Amino acid sequence: MNKVYVSYNNIVSALGFTSEFVVENIQNEISGLERIHDESILPNPFYSALISSEKLEEEFQKLDPKGAFTRLEKMMITSLHSVISDSKIEFNDRVGLIISTTKGNVDALDSENPFPPERAYLATLGNTIRDFFDFKNDAIIISNACVSGILAIAVAKRFIQQDTYDHVFVVSGDVVSPFILSGFNSFQALSGELCKPYDENRTGINIGEVSATALVTNSTNHLAPESVEIAGESSCNDANHISGPSRTGEGLYRSIQLALKQAKLKPSEIDYISAHGTATAFNDEMEAIAFNRSELQNVPLNSLKGYFGHTLGASGLLETIIGMHSLFNNTLYTSKGFETLGVSQPLNIIKSTQKNKSLHTFLKTASGFGGCNTAVIFKKNTL
Amino acid sequence: MKPNYYITSYCQIKKQTVSLNGNVVFHDDSEGFTDFIKSVYKAEQTKYPKFFKMDNLSKLAFLAADILLKNEALNTEIENNIALVFSNRASSLDTDRLHQEAIQDKSNYFPSPAVFVYTLPNICLGEISIKYKLFSENSFFIFDGLNADLLATYTNSLLDLNKAEQVLCGWVDFDENHYEAFLYLVSKNGKIKHNKKHIKTLYNT
Repeated sequence: MNKVYVSYNNIVSALGFTSEFVVENIQNEISGLERIHDESILPNPFYSALISSEKLEEEFQKLDPKGAFTRLEKMMITSLHSVISDSKIEFNDRVGLIISTTKGNVDALDSENPFPPERAYLATLGNTIRDFFDFKNDAIIISNACVSGILAIAVAKRFIQQDTYDHVFVVSGDVVSPFILSGFNSFQALSGELCKPYDENRTGINIGEVSATALVTNSTNHLAPESVEIAGESSCNDANHISGPSRTGEGLYRSIQLALKQAKLKPSEIDYISAHGTATAFNDEMEAIAFNRSELQNVPLNSLKGYFGHTLGASGLLETIIGMHSLFNNTLYTSKGFETLGVSQPLNIIKSTQKNKSLHTFLKTASGFGGCNTAVIFKKNTL
Repeated sequence: MKPNYYITSYCQIKKQTVSLNGNVVFHDDSEGFTDFIKSVYKAEQTKYPKFFKMDNLSKLAFLAADILLKNEALNTEIENNIALVFSNRASSLDTDRLHQEAIQDKSNYFPSPAVFVYTLPNICLGEISIKYKLFSENSFFIFDGLNADLLATYTNSLLDLNKAEQVLCGWVDFDENHYEAFLYLVSKNGKIKHNKKHIKTLYNT
């Protein structure tokens, strides 16, 4: 099978509007999370990382948009535009578009939202993005809970290897809305403090918003310096519970095993893990069990939720892009919010930024409602 | 040379009718979906109490999958590596609207975790995975209508890469009391060749 790469990329977030700027902030351990108390959004105070509306409007207007666009569409279009410009790929029927989102424009269901409720249909979002850039193919929309962003990369690779496309632009995003916040709050999963993945004092999730985009391609003529090869990927269901992770980490463990097998790598050959780490009691514990069963407990690991919060359908792609830059910069970034291990099994959590490492491979994992888990292994491009 | 794959069986639930491999197995004149799907559950002797906690989309997807899979004489003592590749138009909007109603009025605010968990379309894949102990690949796609071409390509990729022995795929949509399920099982053996033409033909019958 031909090799498939993740190449040009962009992040639109509270920490900046380019991947490089965002990564620099992470290196300096700057978080985008801040405390918000606004009863029109949620009765109780919460932490979130929100994109500046002024900055978003400023960047979006540069693209000379015609018509009315939702906040999510503005985020996605701004991010995707940057990657299309950088990659210099001409659009034809061999260029695909994948959109990863959990809730899309669900805020249009709110009677106070200026857009009609029909805007909440995800295919409408797909058509809006397609038409803005004049893609020749319809958007493929993936909505598979919190694994969507990383699953989208595996799906792009599969369509390229089936010879449907040569290049796929994968754009991801979700917005922070009362819809999402009230739901996680009803689960008592939302933290009133800064999230602390894997820490003994963790108290739950912070929800944030980003749009992240990457080019997935089979062409060595369109590779950014930080490009990586997709070496192995797998998704496995827990077959256990729709809203709670498996106590044995079964689905995640199996996903990791199958991804390692496809990548033909041993656990000792993984240099870094970009984990899910939502900072709920059950999720982090489940991951610790799955990583130990996989003999990955000594591999340096972080969760990036302490910088962005949980960004839902974008998180897997966002964290993959940071991982690519981590490999390129040979730097391991701090797992922000972590102090003392609070899971029952050992993990090698990155406590401070470590430069001048020799990094060649990384594993990205995610897990979500519905019992879904995805693991993808990336290799530094040595061309 | 590329291996051939086949559509082994297919199940449809629409217009108050359930059919399996083209034969009507249940029909009822119930007006609304709630009564109809309960009648299907009873007629099929499903005996799975978790069914009553599910939202409409999951009930529809679960029963279509269950009616198809129980006819396959699977050995449930061993693991069955059946991937799930589902798609629809309305995502989980039916339940999204319920959750939105619960939070719309700040003076009458009652978000519920039992509703919120179903505001994701892939939850129905979890429900089917739990019943059949499927530790397998699952993906949920959203399209304007049945996209036989992309579903067939994606299914082939899972079988080509040995990510699954069989793939249960198709369309499950629930929106404003309009419901439609069309699921088909793709395997390495069978009579109907797995291609987009046959998927469309079966869907339209």
